[in-house]
Amino acid sequence: MRQAEFVIVGAGPAGLRAAKALLEVGAKVLIIDRSDLLGGQLTKQTHMFFGSEKQHASKRGIDILGLMIDAIKGHENLEVLTNTTVVGLYKDLVLSCVEQDHYFKIQAQTIIIAAGASEKALPFENNDLPGVYAAGAVQTLMNVYGVKPGDKVLMVGSGNIGLIVSYQLMQAGVQVVKLVEASSQIGGYLVHASKIKRLGVDITMNTSVKRAIGNDHVEAVEIWQLDEAWQGIPGTEEVLEVDTICMAVGLAPLTELLQQIGAKVKYIRELGGNVAKLNERYETTVPNVYACGDVAGIEEASSAMMAGEIAGMEAAIKSGYRYDNQEARLKTLREDLVNLRKGPHGAKVRAGLDKLGVEV
Amino acid sequence: MDAKQIIICRCSDVTLQDLYDLFEEGYTTFEELKRIKRVGMGPCQANTCGKMVQWEIAKYFNQPLEDVEFHNMRPFTMGVKLKSIKESAEDEE
Repeated sequence: MRQAEFVIVGAGPAGLRAAKALLEVGAKVLIIDRSDLLGGQLTKQTHMFFGSEKQHASKRGIDILGLMIDAIKGHENLEVLTNTTVVGLYKDLVLSCVEQDHYFKIQAQTIIIAAGASEKALPFENNDLPGVYAAGAVQTLMNVYGVKPGDKVLMVGSGNIGLIVSYQLMQAGVQVVKLVEASSQIGGYLVHASKIKRLGVDITMNTSVKRAIGNDHVEAVEIWQLDEAWQGIPGTEEVLEVDTICMAVGLAPLTELLQQIGAKVKYIRELGGNVAKLNERYETTVPNVYACGDVAGIEEASSAMMAGEIAGMEAAIKSGYRYDNQEARLKTLREDLVNLRKGPHGAKVRAGLDKLGVEV
Repeated sequence: MDAKQIIICRCSDVTLQDLYDLFEEGYTTFEELKRIKRVGMGPCQANTCGKMVQWEIAKYFNQPLEDVEFHNMRPFTMGVKLKSIKESAEDEE
């Protein structure tokens, strides 16, 4: 069986940063990603990031990815498997993988799961019609493959993904007919919301999709207002002519590999669903299996980068590697992460992490 | 609302009405629904339908979402051809 010292599952912002931290001290790293491109969600993020200078604020996501890849590319201790899906994870730290039709196993000494998240969907009538998409899929179609998803879109959800993808749809020449939000508050940053409002997008609160209309594809959508219990109010229906319904209704951590090996997970609504219980070193309840990024709770790319660096360093340290001034460096990273989660937009994450607790 | 037209599990073509019917028959957990109707057992392995099934169980039985038990996850995370596994086993010999 193939042997590997450190295996990182997922080459998004968390996984790439973990890889860099491990390579710094001479560890041997194998990164596995199911996509043909490294970068996870960063591959399609054409917008500029907020946050701190250290996490490349005011650079575009795709350019940050370029920097992250440059930092590890060609390293003699790095091996990368793209187009490869980890389909099974076992207690003896064996991973089973599939690349096309080639099935093979890897024996790892340490594993870092940075698998990210999947998109949530909504149950409404005719939600199986072509033209009903998740927002991340629309972003991939447009920004990675250059495919226009439709001409007239209803966006569902006002989190940052809904707001940013609305803007990017308009950049691609697609009309965003309306953005509806089930709650009474904009979920994402107001600066993103203001931008699309200025461009004429009507943002309607307390409203959701009742049903999609069409024979073999979406031809229209019926929306309706919601009461406080998020139930539709009869008589408030409105039909909009659209060919695309874009759902930006949240992400769920991809903990399936962790659950396969019996790592403890807990359902935390604020963090997107089932998330792995970690100790303060980012290790799961299964020794030598670490988790970072969205798989440990839905946040954003900047926090995934910091968590990835901490997880990579901690994994290296446990295996006997040492960094210059490692205590100070870890302390700074942890403080930066706390600072990033300060303020109203971090409230949900803070509440979620409190509920999850730290298990040592 | 026509629950027959609401698809919960795209892989195994399970509608919301199917779930309601099973709830009425006494199947109340994700594991039971999975065994009887294959919900969550297709290519996506409940990554799309899982949260909706959890939500519908919570709503129907008036349970907090946190208390609705998720289904057990086992290898593999997607379909793998038996031929591929056989070839891999032969390589190891």
